[in-house]
Amino acid sequence: MTLWLIIIGMGMITYAIRLSLIVLLGRVGVPVIVQRALRFVPPAVLSAIIFPELLRPGGTLDISPGNARLIAGVVAALVAWRTKNVILTIAVGMAALWILQAFVR
Amino acid sequence: MPSPRSEFLSGVKAESPILLGTMPFGLIYGVLALSAGLPADVALAMSSIVFAGSAQFIGAQLIGSGTPGIVILLTTFVVNLRHMLYSASVAPHLKHLRPVWKWLLAYLLTDEAYAVAITHYNQPEEGDALHLSGASHLANKHWYFLGAGLTLWVTWQVSTAAGIFLGAQVPKSWALDFTLPLTFIALVVPALKDRPSLAAAVSAGAVAVLAADLPFKLGLILAALIGIFAGLFVEARRRSTIGIPQPRDAGRKQSEIT
Repeated sequence: MTLWLIIIGMGMITYAIRLSLIVLLGRVGVPVIVQRALRFVPPAVLSAIIFPELLRPGGTLDISPGNARLIAGVVAALVAWRTKNVILTIAVGMAALWILQAFVR
Repeated sequence: MPSPRSEFLSGVKAESPILLGTMPFGLIYGVLALSAGLPADVALAMSSIVFAGSAQFIGAQLIGSGTPGIVILLTTFVVNLRHMLYSASVAPHLKHLRPVWKWLLAYLLTDEAYAVAITHYNQPEEGDALHLSGASHLANKHWYFLGAGLTLWVTWQVSTAAGIFLGAQVPKSWALDFTLPLTFIALVVPALKDRPSLAAAVSAGAVAVLAADLPFKLGLILAALIGIFAGLFVEARRRSTIGIPQPRDAGRKQSEIT
């Protein structure tokens, strides 16, 4: 029972966050400085998720060439930069990781 | 102006490549939730009630390790705080819509749907300049958002259900969790078209790595805020060194990203 309450609570919190500024800014309008800042939301947030996944794979910082996730991530970033192709980026990134893992072991 | 139907279908189409990254991630969630000790029905319900990948992962792990409910809720809040930035970001584009639309699109406001929808909103359209003043330039773009959001929703439900069903049959060595950063790389890299956005990305990434040990994933939100400030800073410095007042709206349209 408490388990369900926790999950419903998680859902309500998530939804409230997502709805919050859609409703609020719909009423008061968005100041210019905020508009300018919002342009940087996607690169900032997504990079803040990506970087630790690549640089701290096991929870500790690893910038050695033995870090398969870092190498595979850099390869994927190059593919994304050159091709702008989502499927190709994910496919090449996974393939790179699998190949590197096979070599490391 | 494109019809609602064609906007909706364009949204579905734009979201589709991302599903290659979302499906394995959903699968992994299902597997992980069961191994953390969640009952199958609770694990499955979480996908529609919470509908937020990273919060579901962390939530399942915390529930499994017997963490007090209040801590789980607080963690959910911090982990999803980035969605408040998304909420602010789409707000001007949804302003003209009826409340029902706002409630619906807010539910569908995930990382993946946001990235696709905001790219479309920021794309200049033919004849756009003529009626920038009104809401008419927004046309039927909310249908595009709906198409992208629903596509992701259905995929998430199906793939997490598959993960719960398959359970331990998905070996850990497949490293399917890696599809999440790969999806985000595919979304963010092509959008780094100018120095301010590059500065935002790199500084946010660096801070996230350095602050990763902060409790409750606070490092993520701290990194995002610093990244946004870095972007603003570089942009402001550029303006002052160029010395010419840039045509703000016309110029920004081009560089606006994801």
